[in-house]
Amino acid sequence: MRAVGIIFSNIHDNNLPELARIRTLGSIPFGGRYRLIDFPLSNMVNSGIDTVGIITKSNYQSLMDHVGSGKDWDLARKDGGVIFLPPFGDISNDRLYTSRLEALKGVTNFLFRADEEYVVMTDCDNICKLNYNEVIEQHIKNNADITMVYKKCNGNDYVDNAVLTKLSLDGDRVVGVNISSPEENEEINSFINIYVIKKSLLQNIVMDSISHNKRHFTKDVIISNLRSMKICAYEYKGYYSGISSLQAYFNCNLSLLDKKNRIELFGDRNVFTKVRDSAPTKYGNCAVVKNSMIADGCEIEGEVENSIIFRNVKVARGAVVKNSIVMQNTVLGEKSILNCIIADKNVVVRDKKVLSGSENHPFYIGKGIMI
Amino acid sequence: MKGKKKCVAMLLAGGKGSRLYALTNNIAKPAVSFGGKYRIIDFPLSNCVNSGIDTVGVLTQYQPLILNDYIGNGQPWDLDRTFGGVHILSPYQAKKSSDWYKGTANAIYQNMHFMKQFNPEYVLILSGDHIYKMNYSLMLNYHIQNGADCTISAIEVPIEEASRFGILNTTEDGVIYEFEEKPKKPKSNLASMGIYIFTAEKLFKYLEDDSKNPNSSNDFGKDVLPAMLNDGNKMMAYKFEGYWKDVGTISSLYDANMDLLGDSPKFDVTDTSWKIQSRSPLAPPHYINDTAKTTNSIIMSGCEIYGTVENSILASSVIVEEGAVIKNSIIMSDVTIGENAFIDHAIIDENVTVGKNAKIGSGNNPKGLITLIGRNTNIGKCTEIKCGAMVEEDVLTGEK
Repeated sequence: MRAVGIIFSNIHDNNLPELARIRTLGSIPFGGRYRLIDFPLSNMVNSGIDTVGIITKSNYQSLMDHVGSGKDWDLARKDGGVIFLPPFGDISNDRLYTSRLEALKGVTNFLFRADEEYVVMTDCDNICKLNYNEVIEQHIKNNADITMVYKKCNGNDYVDNAVLTKLSLDGDRVVGVNISSPEENEEINSFINIYVIKKSLLQNIVMDSISHNKRHFTKDVIISNLRSMKICAYEYKGYYSGISSLQAYFNCNLSLLDKKNRIELFGDRNVFTKVRDSAPTKYGNCAVVKNSMIADGCEIEGEVENSIIFRNVKVARGAVVKNSIVMQNTVLGEKSILNCIIADKNVVVRDKKVLSGSENHPFYIGKGIMI
Repeated sequence: MKGKKKCVAMLLAGGKGSRLYALTNNIAKPAVSFGGKYRIIDFPLSNCVNSGIDTVGVLTQYQPLILNDYIGNGQPWDLDRTFGGVHILSPYQAKKSSDWYKGTANAIYQNMHFMKQFNPEYVLILSGDHIYKMNYSLMLNYHIQNGADCTISAIEVPIEEASRFGILNTTEDGVIYEFEEKPKKPKSNLASMGIYIFTAEKLFKYLEDDSKNPNSSNDFGKDVLPAMLNDGNKMMAYKFEGYWKDVGTISSLYDANMDLLGDSPKFDVTDTSWKIQSRSPLAPPHYINDTAKTTNSIIMSGCEIYGTVENSILASSVIVEEGAVIKNSIIMSDVTIGENAFIDHAIIDENVTVGKNAKIGSGNNPKGLITLIGRNTNIGKCTEIKCGAMVEEDVLTGEK
């Protein structure tokens, strides 16, 4: 294969302190049956990349449990496959890395061993359906040193004070990079944290950054080399969700209720995930379900509206769930009412409890909490 | 040292299932879909794994392609093992003779070398056309405790139905003294479930004998078991209490599916202590629109529901368009039901397209006749299919 993949499973943990407290970003549940890492990992497999390193930092037990040997992605290989790259500590350096460049320092061996010519690097909080081959094609055609993938968006699409990496372009060439919050009505070429780079160049960059104590990939590598390197951009036009905050997480999940988004993301049926054998979902005699996405293994007796329901959730008779994200194994008691809630896994809401957040500020219930 | 397995299971999955009509035109009966997510073979396979039996030979003969594909390396059942695991055993060409499987006993006989390589003490014979959850290890313990040569699992059936089954007449302590195959006047209501445990040496001996007998029909029920009984071997009946259904006919398959529905279903597949494993489809969670109504139903991932679904079972990736009504029906995977179509008391096999305003199972249907639509067919818009019909080819009569 032409390229080897690197997935940063945790680089933006801080954006979602609630959800990432007990897990790494890559294993945050999404869309009823998936975890965030399923999307980049499936993109890798669908682009024919069969050697993928997953860089982790902390709290990655749930991620390892989810990815396992990689067999659900056909990445349990003798040669290549999925490889976990936990932090590399030694006597001289016993602290965890804090930046992308430092993380890459820890995986020099992985890069050294790979025979592939190119490296595709991606994060986990950028849900998209991208054929990396097309980016690599363009990268080769442009004779680029680094290709950055961006999505055109409007400043008004952002509800909160997200920080975006905005690219100024001259044709395909990146001529300016500006890290700032979106302005009202601003047309933005927003970088979605996917890079294609020649492996040998990446190795040089990493070595150079070690000797010069550089830390920040965008600032110290991209911005300071805009003139000396040929840095190009590739426009991604499909479905995109950037999980930059809890609010964004909430909105992105609910965006799947739009048929167009579902077809773009799942139409080809090639988003892979860990298979769990739940029974099919069962609807009781009193079930009323409107505009919702519901995973396998649920028992729905009550009302569900505008919600995403994960696997093995029980909605008892008389319970009402609206505008909510309800994760795996959560139990909603009789006549309980939920509105604008993000309920993490294994939550129990007892009978007749009423919980409500607001559309602009969903209320989060932590894993395993009983209310 | 050569490896050894205490018990090897042999699953007879070669049956044609001719009473399932169009459903088994091009797939073997054990590969027929069940309960939205499963195929019939998931039940015996999951029972084996849950009972601690990790070596299973699946004997295929009739239309094995989909079944072989489905079982694959056995990974969904954790049966991808280095020693043991699941093996597909199809008829093969040999140096001296080559033959199709001539009967249940002959099928096992032809695979004697397969069983012998695991050096088993016991052999469990299963068939691939029953829906049930059973712990075979309890039956094996019973077999061992009684020092039996053969143990047959049996279930009590209503006496008026007993003449449809192979009936076991036993003494009070469960020793079988007589078999009656579909007796006109049954003496007992203890029916054989087609599940046998043999002490391996005995089985091998009687299979050898049976293969040398030119008058034998090479069937367990008709030949091998009666021969063992005549020779005075100790044969025990193991009473099974619980849900068990032979799904060899359209109506029994329909009933067994419907037994999954209701507040307290007759058959529960959700129990996590006895999980039924299967090869899961790769599909996102299902979506239910504002215009949809879903009551008392089972719906699998990948479905998109815009219409009404009542008392029905929908397998993976079924699309129900707006205004369509599905009642009391079983819809298998990748079916599209057009706008305002009406479906009642039907089984619709995989990959069928039902056009707009079509009616399936129409007409007055006091007996609850089941309409069957075979796989890969198109039902044209406005087409009407009368209740009880069996459709194997495209029907486009309603289109003008």
